[in-house]
Amino acid sequence: MCLFQSMMNYFPEEVLEHVFDFLTSHRDRNAVSMVCKTWYRVESFSREKVFIGNCYAINPERLIARFPRLRSLTLKGKPHFADFNLVPPDWGGYVYPWIEAMAKASINLEELRLKRMVVSDESLELLARSFPNFKSLVLVSCEGFTTDGLAAIASNCRFLTELDLQENEVEDRRGQWLSCFPDSCISLVSLNFACLKGEVNLAALERLVARCRNLRSLRLNHAVPLDALQRILLQAPQLVDLGTGSFVHDPDSETFNKLKNAIQKCTAIRSLSGFLEVATRCLPAIYPICLHLTSLNLSYAPGIYSNELINLISHCKKLERLWILDTIGDKGLGVVASACKELQELRVFPSDLHGVGYAAVTEEGLVAISAGCPKLNSLLYFCQQMTNAALITVAKNCPNFIRFRLCTLNPVVPDAVTLQPLDEGFGAIVQSCKGLKRLSVSGLLTDQLFLYIGMYAEQLEMLSIAFAGDSDKGMLYVLNGCKKLKKLEIRDSPFGNVALLADVGKYETMRSLWMSSCEVTLGACKTLAKKMPRLNVEIINENEQMEGSSDDRQRVDKMYLYRTLVGPRNDAPDFVWTL
Amino acid sequence: MTDLTESYSGSFGLNFEETELSLSLPGKRSANNSSRKRGFQESVDLTLGGNSTSAGDCHSKTSNDKNEISSSTSKPPATKAQVVGWPPVKSTRKNIMMKSRKLVKVAMDGAPYLRKVDLEMYSSYQQLLSALEGMFSCLGSICKVVKEKKLVDTANGVEYVPTYEDKDGDWMLVGDVPWNMFVESCKRIRLMKSSEEIGLATNCSSTNS
Repeated sequence: MCLFQSMMNYFPEEVLEHVFDFLTSHRDRNAVSMVCKTWYRVESFSREKVFIGNCYAINPERLIARFPRLRSLTLKGKPHFADFNLVPPDWGGYVYPWIEAMAKASINLEELRLKRMVVSDESLELLARSFPNFKSLVLVSCEGFTTDGLAAIASNCRFLTELDLQENEVEDRRGQWLSCFPDSCISLVSLNFACLKGEVNLAALERLVARCRNLRSLRLNHAVPLDALQRILLQAPQLVDLGTGSFVHDPDSETFNKLKNAIQKCTAIRSLSGFLEVATRCLPAIYPICLHLTSLNLSYAPGIYSNELINLISHCKKLERLWILDTIGDKGLGVVASACKELQELRVFPSDLHGVGYAAVTEEGLVAISAGCPKLNSLLYFCQQMTNAALITVAKNCPNFIRFRLCTLNPVVPDAVTLQPLDEGFGAIVQSCKGLKRLSVSGLLTDQLFLYIGMYAEQLEMLSIAFAGDSDKGMLYVLNGCKKLKKLEIRDSPFGNVALLADVGKYETMRSLWMSSCEVTLGACKTLAKKMPRLNVEIINENEQMEGSSDDRQRVDKMYLYRTLVGPRNDAPDFVWTL
Repeated sequence: MTDLTESYSGSFGLNFEETELSLSLPGKRSANNSSRKRGFQESVDLTLGGNSTSAGDCHSKTSNDKNEISSSTSKPPATKAQVVGWPPVKSTRKNIMMKSRKLVKVAMDGAPYLRKVDLEMYSSYQQLLSALEGMFSCLGSICKVVKEKKLVDTANGVEYVPTYEDKDGDWMLVGDVPWNMFVESCKRIRLMKSSEEIGLATNCSSTNS
């Protein structure tokens, strides 16, 4: 490396820059920028894609000063637990200052990808007006905007190729935003509005699809009926990724026959999702394209029941990714195991969030999958019950897990057979899956599991803990053991000040730590904040459980801490105290 | 298949209770039971839905729990839907899943908690009432449908009349409109003690006339 580096130093900066262009991953570019001042300068001047995992770790001004040729920005806002309503709505994560600063600095922004951020219509309007070459907007789990903001994007971004709205909370003002795409807009490659609730201007949609000949990905919302889908597919047989809206019609009708024919001509489709409303008698229409599917997402289709799911999936021999509801049952997972030999990612979501039904999967289905799908490396599994023996078998069958998230519907349920904690089972997973980067554990768990995690999970980057452990030791095992840990999120677990304060330097190596309903006190958080000025320690005091002049011995309900280069944020609401 | 799932759900219920018990029993984990338990209890949220009127109840309930940790074992186990953020499913996903449902809360005079029913699961008043029958049985009072559209607590003979709040905010008697119209319009259900219902009935007739 030394020799190589000294040789590299003789190159003119233009050559260095050209070499750096071949480095695409953020990690490699970060490493390059740390070599020497010259490399840092050349790299920062040439970097076009920037990823910021926490929008409060840095500010827009510093971003622009370092990367003036920025074209693509990825920003993440709220903590992950915001997905499950643990973060109050007005906590923060606003994108407006970023767009404003980039607009002022005349950044040539082409791509913006946001996750868990608050995006106002004003932001979208400013975005649409400020960046003439803007091409791609991807919003994941964002909120705060309406279809008016989307209309501004549609009207003004002449070169738009991608508008991808995934699981956002969007207020629907009018169904006319789709008609705001000008006739000159022919560049769309990807359009996803499955999360919108309102009506859609079908004529405008059909015209848009017809003129965008490069459209590869199209995900519709529930308001697009089956007859419109049929006309769309006739116009766009080149689609690779299709999300249907409503899939309800009379299977004996003329329209339905036309749909069947249209689908048969869509031989390029590899990814299928949607079916937000579905008549199961209509499903056979998609059988002809099932054989080529590599991705199938039926997790938003509560209307498809076990037998139909099984029929459908037995046609999908090449699936690599499957998202599904637990209505499939253990028996259905057995069919998946025997049909889908290429499966790499499986997510099984709960269909019954209120505990009134009976559908669910258990350890049986998971064991079957692990035996039948040796390439499985990513799992999210909501189940009724689990056993250590099953997890040990899964660990043996599938040692390639990178993501393993298992959620028991009852958060503290023990091994269903032995009534023991599930420590040994999860322990087997961390021991045999050497590449594990993300882990979520649940069920009855003691400190023993965290001993295993600290000992074996060397590559672990994100760990979610809920209702687990017995003492500070548990958290300490993890903090001391997992050297690559970036994000740790803990709720309702008896970890307290000793664990929090044992190695405060650790938190500067991590992106963030979330602790809610644990045993940490206000005093300990203050101590931590004092010792570590480059950490923001935020107390979220939602229901004014704490008075202003609080007792330091008081337990904090929610604490979120993260490293930052720019000090306390200035947009925090009253209920957030940055210590 | 149904047999299979039912037997699982049965064993699940059993496990759940056992978990609750094991947390409070003296044993090697007992030293931390209270803290674990408290975390769990504090997460209990009775408001559940959006336009809830029982937010105040919720707070008082929570603070009660804090004071009565020791007695919490004698309460019925909190159902899993009551823990905020558990199971960890995105709220956007929940919203989409709920779309096909028509969930309304059911309150019973004198009962300390609410239940929820999915009206889409039933196709007639008869079915709904027989579901309501068993819904508050954990209180020890087993209700039976007597005559038409009345429930009676077999333990003490108190009669309950099912009433509902319609979309205009008026309280009406369950059964006064065709079923489909009821499903459309019902915002919540209250099983009202017969004695109080008399006032309501007259109110209703006066507003209707």
